[in-house]
Formats: sequence, structure tokens, C-alpha cells
Amino acid sequence: MKFLRNYIDKIKPNFEEGGKLHAFRSLFDGFETFLFVPNDTSKSGVNIHDAIDSKRIMSLVVIALVPSLLLGMYNIGLQNAIAAGTVETTTWFSMFLYGLLVTLPKIVVAYAVGLGIEFTVAQWKNEEIHEGFLVSGILIPMIVPAGCPLWVLALATAFAVIFAKEVFGGTGMNIVNVALIARAFIFFAYPSVISGDSVWVATESICGLGANVDGYTCATALQYVANGAAPVGASGELLTSCDMIFGFMPGSIGETSVVAIALGAALLLYTGVASWKTMLSVFVGGIAMLFVFQNKMPEAMPLWHNLLLGGFCFGAVFMATDPVTSARTETGKYIYGFGIGAMTIIIRVMNPGYPEGMMLAILLMNVVAPFIDYCVVQSNVNARAKRVTKKN
Amino acid sequence: MGLFSKKNKEALNTPLFKENPVTVQVLGICSALAVTSKLEPAIVMGLSVTIIVAMANVIISLIRNTIPMRIRIIVQLVVVAALVTLVSEVLKAFAYDVSVQLSVYIGLIITNCILMGRLEAFAMQNKPWPSFLDGIGNGVGYAMILVIVAFFREFFGTGALLNIQIIPESFYEAGYMNNGLMLMTPAAFILIACIVWYQRAKDKSLQEK
Repeated sequence: MKFLRNYIDKIKPNFEEGGKLHAFRSLFDGFETFLFVPNDTSKSGVNIHDAIDSKRIMSLVVIALVPSLLLGMYNIGLQNAIAAGTVETTTWFSMFLYGLLVTLPKIVVAYAVGLGIEFTVAQWKNEEIHEGFLVSGILIPMIVPAGCPLWVLALATAFAVIFAKEVFGGTGMNIVNVALIARAFIFFAYPSVISGDSVWVATESICGLGANVDGYTCATALQYVANGAAPVGASGELLTSCDMIFGFMPGSIGETSVVAIALGAALLLYTGVASWKTMLSVFVGGIAMLFVFQNKMPEAMPLWHNLLLGGFCFGAVFMATDPVTSARTETGKYIYGFGIGAMTIIIRVMNPGYPEGMMLAILLMNVVAPFIDYCVVQSNVNARAKRVTKKN
Repeated sequence: MGLFSKKNKEALNTPLFKENPVTVQVLGICSALAVTSKLEPAIVMGLSVTIIVAMANVIISLIRNTIPMRIRIIVQLVVVAALVTLVSEVLKAFAYDVSVQLSVYIGLIITNCILMGRLEAFAMQNKPWPSFLDGIGNGVGYAMILVIVAFFREFFGTGALLNIQIIPESFYEAGYMNNGLMLMTPAAFILIACIVWYQRAKDKSLQEK
């Protein structure tokens, strides 16, 4: 750590006014404050300073995402091996390595495009670099299928960063979740790469790892549910509860494993980064709607499996709790979370064209969140006003 | 006063950029969203609106001194409705396919805010020739935005322009795909927003404080 600090101090003059590399000032500044908590103190007013700032919060979320990411990588290799029928002969390590090779380019592309735009905007407006893309950049590759082409991913990332974030004023000012806008862009602009049955399992060999499987198709579990059938895995057999909980089924890269998501959720709740109120009420809302629609669900599958499938858990833990786009008031968080859970199940059941409802439900509630806050605050104001008039 | 005096030129020029009906006054957005998924209907729509605004402006300007103030709106509506019906019939006779694509939107030109706005704000106070120029300016300003939006939507949404395939087959074989979002109405919103963005960045006087 000491050596890193020394090195940064040594190259710092290059980036200051009149230095050789002044054009990259925002880039340097961004990395320096990411690595070390800045020494700046407030110069006016009374402020309470906490050791944790938004960059520290962001890095905690990234750490919380790592289990899902790693298990997702392993799952890509596993699904590929199942599709090729070589599960017995492939080691778990080469499965993981294959998954890594599938996922890594997506992460690199998402970060390069997103950070590129962020740095350019920061430099152009002469502002500090915003750290918000740190989380979005890892979320975007995790919520697309393994077969998503890189250029589509790059386009979606650029669209999301410019139109969902920069035009509203950058990090912390966005109305809707940036990563979900990227996914929604792919969903509406290039539906063939994010729905259907040929994109969820990686079928091309990379660097000798993995197997080439021609013409292989496998739908996600939710697509079976939408058609009224019990979900079937890549091997053609019914998915067990165990498969669903550990996430050994076709789906977007990071969303399948409930166990890994639970690990991340534990970290987020322990550190207080995410609100347990939002998380809990998403599940309450989902369960309530499941009971309402229980006779519309496929009978071959237990009702509670619906909560394990698709992006429900991932969305509840990592997307709904985004502090920028969720409701701010404490009561509002219950309403906001309940709305997400309920809307998800309603979309899944009522519209067979959208087997996955989490993305649209969160985006919808993001838009409604300020209104929820307004109602909560206003009802409190009214209640207090009433109390005063009664006394008189 | 010459035909193209400074004042007349202004009547023609300002609605093209500085007072553009779509991007600055934000009028006629509804039809700009609805008819711009392809270039051909957008051009026809722009042309129709231009002709109707110009003609209506001239007619109202000619009879402006005889219209009683209390019933002026209904008189304007009668004139516009007659012109819209005329254009609609001509389209049905000579360009049936396009008129089917435009469906109700030709009829709805009558409710286009640009028309009533120009009649009230300009034709009621000005002579026929400046009114004609003002109508042409506003119509072309509107048509211009429609054509720009439709160009991008058709090009990226279907890979074609005026129904002629532009993006070669080899692109699609290499993995290129048409952007389905461009064919939906939100794309028109986003594109118009980009034009507004560009225009306000260029011309600082348009920016709100």
C-alpha cells in the first residue's frame, strides 16, 4: 500500500495544471480517489464526515457481486458441457475457465465503453470523474445472456450511460437504473439476442476450452413456466429445487444462483449499504401476488420455485435497493419494494410475451418512486398539521 | 415593399431554425411520433402540412378583416377542414398506399397545433404574401424535423431508405442486426430530443436560464 501511495505521489505533478498529462487529469483523479480516501475536508458549513463515501459504497457492492459472478462463470461452462454431453469428462476448473473466457470480454467492453464516456464527459465539463459506473459496469454483463454479441453490449452500454445518466446530470441524478436501461435497450432493440431459445447457453469453443454445439437450443426456465410447463434444464431433464437454488440452469450470467446472491445480500445488509426494507418487501409483494395467481401457475411446479427463477432474487438484492433510484422515505421503501415484487409476478403471469418481469417492474417503480416519496412526506405533513389544529 | 424584403425573409426563415415549430415551440409532436417510422409517409406528411398551412394562412389573411372576432376560431376551422379534406382526397386518388399508411393522421392535421397557432398568431394580423411565406416556413420547418427523424428510424430500423435496401446482405451475415427500438415510438422521442439538444447547444439564446 505504501509503495502504491508513493508511486501516485510521484506521478501526480504530471496531471496538475501545466503538467504533461493534464488532459488525463480526470482519469488520474478518479483512480487516485478510488484507491485512497481523499484528504479533502469541507471548507464551509457544519458537516459530519464519515469514513465511507460513495466510492467505498460502490466497491462494497462490487465485492457483493463477486460470488454471483464466479458461480455464473462456472455455470456457463457447466451448461456448455451439459449441452455437449461431456459433463463427466470435463473438470470443474476447465468449465470455470471457459465461463471466464465467455464473460471477461463482456466485462471489458462494458467498462471500456461506459468509463470512456464518463471520463470524456468529466474532462469536457471540467468536473471530477463520477464513480457511479463502477457498479453499472459489472451489472450490465451479469444481466445479459452468454450469447449476447459484444457490439450489441457496447451499444446498449453507451445508450444507457448517455440517455439514462449523463443527460440527467451524471451519477446520483439518474431517475432509472442505468444497468437495467442497458438491458431494456437490448430487449427492445435486438430482441433476438436476449429472448428465445438459442442464446442462453454458450455453444462455441474458445481457445480449445468448451465444446462446439451446433444448432443447440434451450429456453430459460421462465419461458417454460410462461407456456404452462415445468421448467426443463439444458440436459432435457426437469430442473430440481437444488438446481434452482445453486443456479445450475440456463439464464443470464449472474442471475441464476440464489446461494451466491444470498451471500452478496448478507454482505450488503451487514454493512448497511442496501435497505432490508426494500429487499424484504420485494419478496412479500412477489409472494402475495403468487397466491393471487396461484391457479394460473403450472401445476407441475411448486409455487415458491417462481421466486428462484429468472432475475427475481438478483433484482431484489442488487437492483431494487439501488439508493439513487429507489424510494428515499422509510415507509416509501416498503411500498416501492412491494410494488416491484407484485408487478414482476403480474407481468410474468398476465403477459406471456414477457416471461421475465423483473426488469420492467423495477424500471416502472423507479419512475414512480419520487411520487411515493411525495405521498409519504405529504401524509406526514398533513397528520402533523391536523394534530396542531386539534390542540387549538 | 419588395417581395423578399427583410421582414418577409424573416417570416420565412425564423420558423426553420430559431422558432422551429417542433423543436423549439414543441408543437405537432403527436404526428412527428406517429408517421416517422418510414421516410416515405414522413415526406408526404410534411408536404401535406406545408401546403395546408400555406393555403390556410393565405385564405385567412385575405378574409381577416371580415371575420367577426367572436367566431374567428370556427371560421379558421372550416377553412382548415376544407383544405385537409381536399389533400386527403388527392392522396387517396394518387397515392393510395401512402394514404393508407398515414391513415387518420392526415385527417388529424386539422388538430395540429401548428395550424391554429399560425392562423391566430400570424395570418390574422398580416397581409397574404407574408402569411404565405410564414406558412411555407413553418410547414418546411416541421417537415424537416420529420424527415430527419424518419431517415434515422428507417435506416437503423429496417436497413432501408424509401423502401430500397441500403445496408448490404453481407453486413447481416457478419452479425449486424436491425435495431427494433427504432421502429417503436420511443425512438422518435429520443431522436427529437437529440435534435433539440444539438440545436440548443449550437444556439445559446435558445437555452432556458
